[in-house]
Amino acid sequence: MTDIIKTEHLTFSYPPDEGKEPVLALKGIDLTIEKGSFTVILGHNGSGKSTLAKHMNAVLLPGGGTVWVDGMDTKDESLLLEVRRRVGMVFQNPDNQIVANVVEEDVAFGPENLGVPTEEIQRRVAAALQAVGMDEFTMHAPHHLSGGQKQRIAIAGVIAMEPACIVLDESTAMLDPLGRREVLDTVRWLNKNKGITAVLITHHMDEAAMADRVVVMDSGSVVMDGTPREILVRMEELRAIGLDAPHTVELLHGLREDGFDVPLDALGIQECARAIVEAL
Amino acid sequence: MLKDITLGQYFPGDSLAHRLDPRTKLLLTVLYIFILFSAKSFVSYGVVALLLIAGIRISGVAPKALVRGLKPILFIICFTAVLNLFYTPGDPVASFWIFTITKQGIFTAFFMVLRITMLIMGTFLLTYTTSPIALTDGLESLLGPLKKLRIPVHELSMIMSIALRMIPTLIEETDKIMSAQKARGADFESGNLFQRAKALVPILVPLFISAFRRADELAVAMECRCYHGGEGRTKLHVLHYQTRDYLVLAAYVVVLAGVVVLARFGL
Amino acid sequence: MKPIIRVENLTHTYGENTPFCRSAVDGVSMEIYEGEFLGVIGHTGSGKSTLIQHLNGLLKPTSGAVYLGDRDIWAEPKKIRDVRFRVGLVFQYPEYQLFEETVYKDVAFGPRNMGLDEKEIDRRVRAALAFAGLGEDLLEKSPFDLSGGQKRRVAIAGVIAMDPEVLILDEPSAGLDPAGRRSMLENIRAYHRQKGTTVVMVSHSMDEVAENVDRIVVLANAGVVMSGTPHEVFSRAQELMDVGLNVPQVTQVAMELKRQGVDIDPAVYTVADLRAALAALKGGRR
Repeated sequence: MTDIIKTEHLTFSYPPDEGKEPVLALKGIDLTIEKGSFTVILGHNGSGKSTLAKHMNAVLLPGGGTVWVDGMDTKDESLLLEVRRRVGMVFQNPDNQIVANVVEEDVAFGPENLGVPTEEIQRRVAAALQAVGMDEFTMHAPHHLSGGQKQRIAIAGVIAMEPACIVLDESTAMLDPLGRREVLDTVRWLNKNKGITAVLITHHMDEAAMADRVVVMDSGSVVMDGTPREILVRMEELRAIGLDAPHTVELLHGLREDGFDVPLDALGIQECARAIVEAL
Repeated sequence: MLKDITLGQYFPGDSLAHRLDPRTKLLLTVLYIFILFSAKSFVSYGVVALLLIAGIRISGVAPKALVRGLKPILFIICFTAVLNLFYTPGDPVASFWIFTITKQGIFTAFFMVLRITMLIMGTFLLTYTTSPIALTDGLESLLGPLKKLRIPVHELSMIMSIALRMIPTLIEETDKIMSAQKARGADFESGNLFQRAKALVPILVPLFISAFRRADELAVAMECRCYHGGEGRTKLHVLHYQTRDYLVLAAYVVVLAGVVVLARFGL
Repeated sequence: MKPIIRVENLTHTYGENTPFCRSAVDGVSMEIYEGEFLGVIGHTGSGKSTLIQHLNGLLKPTSGAVYLGDRDIWAEPKKIRDVRFRVGLVFQYPEYQLFEETVYKDVAFGPRNMGLDEKEIDRRVRAALAFAGLGEDLLEKSPFDLSGGQKRRVAIAGVIAMDPEVLILDEPSAGLDPAGRRSMLENIRAYHRQKGTTVVMVSHSMDEVAENVDRIVVLANAGVVMSGTPHEVFSRAQELMDVGLNVPQVTQVAMELKRQGVDIDPAVYTVADLRAALAALKGGRR
């Protein structure tokens, strides 16, 4: 497989408060995201995960090191539009990323900016709304929709630019469980069926279980990188950096202590129950 | 509550008035205002009134909704009527204390009320039958030639449509902040003018901070979707004049000419 | 136990006499007992935010009544502000309501509206900050220079400083990371324990509610569908899932075990309880 995003020795610091030394928000990140993969980036607030995400489509530019998007250096200003078209970004607050007051107009915003011909925009808007399951809301006003629906509209707006990769920067943080489920199902569907690379930034541990790969960040560095099974069982380490293991893992750890012969990586409910039954 | 304020009110529908190109409707409104201000007598006002009634009938908008829209400016209407009634010189009809009512005064007041009412109703007809987006699109397209004079027409219409998009969000936010401060015992209803103005600080400060934060985030989100000004931008919906647009415009011009002629004969 | 708040047949209709008319709360009756830690659960649109805004008189019932102690809170509409001081309400994302130049002044806003003297205000501000888990070194800082989590704690302190008899929190941990969530809930539990104040926490995280509260009220479709201890509520797990709510992961595992023939109470909801139940089972089998 080829890479869609690659960072090399990436460092970054925000402008410091007066009279203070700048603090590195990213301390030399080397990370590659493969085309077609589904990656979850975990970390507590302030771990640098969101800063990293904002480098993936040139919202932020590296302080040191380099970021390549599909082989293009994000520092090259002449490639800016092409970079942003390849990697679409969905943000946290659904109300602050919707531009128009009719759903179809909002989804069309990206293609309009790219100068796509009118008939092609119409086709893309219809296809994007269908892909996120919001086609019956084409003519609705976005502010009457639920949080989850608004985020799906935002995703449709990105899909309409026909990107190779979609980055969700804490896009589920403000949603209720139903809304989160809607957004996650949509992203998973797009990843599986449309081959769109997905990068999901979150601190909800249960969202990590559905990814191909989990990257854990702490104070500006990548501290763990592996499959969900490999990462989510490391309960103590996760705790130590302000995260949580799923309750199933906690239970299995406890049962081990009680002398049960259970595996630690039975993350799913049914899997976990089966392991317990076998150990009884 | 604040939510009851209906801004840029638009009643979706499928009448001829709804289907006309927004540019046509904008032109019609300008023409209508011109005709209205050319009218001088019962006959010419009658013609304009017929025009308005026809417009209302075609749009299918309930006359009640139009009348309700007049409520906020009722005071202004009455005020101008009274001023005209008492301050127009001419043949006195009645007089008491220091006031004199003249025949001319009665006529001027009557026409003035008629003019304002019909002006408001006519423009409401435009906003009731045209969605805010169509309206901004129409304005941008009509004012397009001004770009040559370096007037930022695209930017202005983008500002307008984003403002329209953010109004409901900010109204909702104001409601929320007000409730939160009331829960801490804030009192917006009692006290003198100064105290009431001061009571608004706990609402306005968070509201402004939030509006700036939203603007900032929205700007980043727009850039992420490749927004880079009006240059090279295409549109989801391109405006096209239809035959009906030409016909309606032609009919209007004929009426306009008629009223101007009538006015020349002092009717 | 004695109810401190009693809701009687409460209905609230938005947009009455318009085509958009809809009841957000429809015929709800419930009690909140003195000194309890109550969890209110329901998904968005279940009517929970409308309901809690009735408890401190921010909204007026379309029909029905809310009693605080023995009095209808709307018996004297002019004194509704006193109800708001006695029933403190912390909204969702309360950090967006901060407005003063310093943390001290912001937390003092409520007590000042109550007309307390400076000495009492000072005492309350400091006590409230401590309960909210903030140090006194923040008192003179601008609230806008704080981190997101600290801002939320300042906002919560602003309500605690009114020393309410009932404290209602709407989604106090929304948007926080796991460590932030944990410490926020610890602070709330400690406040409940030390002050003995009645606490009502609205949440849509079943795990969070299960681990913290004495009693749960479940709302769905503008009405109360269930209420009882966590054990009672989670023993009806299927009904919860039918109205679109989750049950704690541990309960789901227990239900699955039961389904696979293990003799176990499917309504357990903490890791410790399930561990104990399984250990007992294993001991018995040996």
